[in-house]
Amino acid sequence: MVMKTKEKLIVKGKRLDGRKPDELREIEMKVGVIPNANGSAQVMFGNTVAVAGVYGPRTVHPRHLQEYDRAIIKCRYNMAPFSVEDRARPGPSRRSSEITKVTRLALEPALFLKDYPKTAIDVYIEILQADGSTRVTGINAASLALADAGVPMKDLVVALSGGKIDDTIIVDLCGKEDNYSEADIPCALMPRRKEITLLQMDGRLKPEEVKTIIKNVLKAGEEVYEKQKDALKKRYEK
Amino acid sequence: MRPDYVLKVLESGERVDGRKMDQFRDIKVETGIIQRAEGSARVKIGKTDVIVGVKMDLGEPFPDVPDMGVLRTGAEFTPIASPDFESGPPGEDATELARVVDRGVRESESIDLEKLCLKEGEKVWTVFVDVHIINHDGNLIDASALAAVAALKTAKMPKLEKDKIIRDKLEKKLPILHEPITVTVGKVSDKFIIDPIKEEEEVLDSKVSIAIREDGKICAMQKSGNLSLTVEDAEKMIDLAVKKSKDIRKFL
Repeated sequence: MVMKTKEKLIVKGKRLDGRKPDELREIEMKVGVIPNANGSAQVMFGNTVAVAGVYGPRTVHPRHLQEYDRAIIKCRYNMAPFSVEDRARPGPSRRSSEITKVTRLALEPALFLKDYPKTAIDVYIEILQADGSTRVTGINAASLALADAGVPMKDLVVALSGGKIDDTIIVDLCGKEDNYSEADIPCALMPRRKEITLLQMDGRLKPEEVKTIIKNVLKAGEEVYEKQKDALKKRYEK
Repeated sequence: MRPDYVLKVLESGERVDGRKMDQFRDIKVETGIIQRAEGSARVKIGKTDVIVGVKMDLGEPFPDVPDMGVLRTGAEFTPIASPDFESGPPGEDATELARVVDRGVRESESIDLEKLCLKEGEKVWTVFVDVHIINHDGNLIDASALAAVAALKTAKMPKLEKDKIIRDKLEKKLPILHEPITVTVGKVSDKFIIDPIKEEEEVLDSKVSIAIREDGKICAMQKSGNLSLTVEDAEKMIDLAVKKSKDIRKFL
């Protein structure tokens, strides 16, 4: 479903918030924000704020979920009731259940689960403030939290959204662009290996456009990758 | 830290982190931190970290008070905040926390609910106060109650145009009449303590949370913990809470 708006989303090559089509919002990442968690991070993309906490590898509860030859990832994506304009009812929704699942699958390929049999790695994501691209912001926070917890990883998982508004290919959709976009593609990838771990889309695009957006996201993802690495280094500087 | 060690230290009149028995940890209050919320606050007491967001919506009044707005308070122990919290619907402790915070705000007549009535019996403002725990290191009640009042005090109401809410236009301030402060006093053998960390909470015999208004009136109380209190205990705890509430009020 596409909501119609009379408002132009791109005027003279500039987006609503003044960005160029391939420009990211201001990004802030901070590692180690939850003392109780084994690893944690807060990530901001413009006005979208996600915080992630990792507990584990630890014993699995309930026990029947335990796998004898590998660790399981238990994930939860949740929106704070005050993170959106109209208060979100607390508790799981169909949307958050699906995002929980794709988030788990986006992170799984980066981990050496076979090294931690019979354990669970719990990854919890809370969206504190939502302004588009919440799932990818959450995945960036989760990637940092996993690294902060010292869970061995093949690569960091970088996530970013791409899409199309007013006939223009863009990256990093804000809330309004998300609502009125012609298409929206959330992506997650392991940049060093150039492997994609999350790929979703809604909207209408030509195959060529989809390919372009994926390429653009891969390119812009490099910047997010550097930001993640910087945030991790900062944690150990002092 | 082993519970018997924590207990032994408390019984000797000291605390594992070196604080005095009636001393709060460092308190930090930030307001206006969530853009999407009509009011918000983040309170850190030591390592305890809570966020409260205030959202407003239109709704129907309760039939017994048709001319008053509605206050709803919720709390979630997000599993992010502690290795002991699990996902799922709010349990006993989260529900108790929400209700104690709610009672403090409600019974102190903090919000001028009559001003939130738009059409008697039909349409009123509903104020949602949602407590989100980010890190749990004890004394969640005092932290959440302080955050709730700080968020309400700085909350602004969205504009109404032909009975539709214009979310991006915040107008006047939410009408606030009183500002309750909640202080929890813990008891262990014959000692009373303020602001317990998580390890101390686990060895307390009982505790009482007391909400106190700026005019000195007590407006809500809640005892928890499994041991009983004598009348003298209760009196001492009330006196201590009233005294400490004056220190905490500075942070509003």
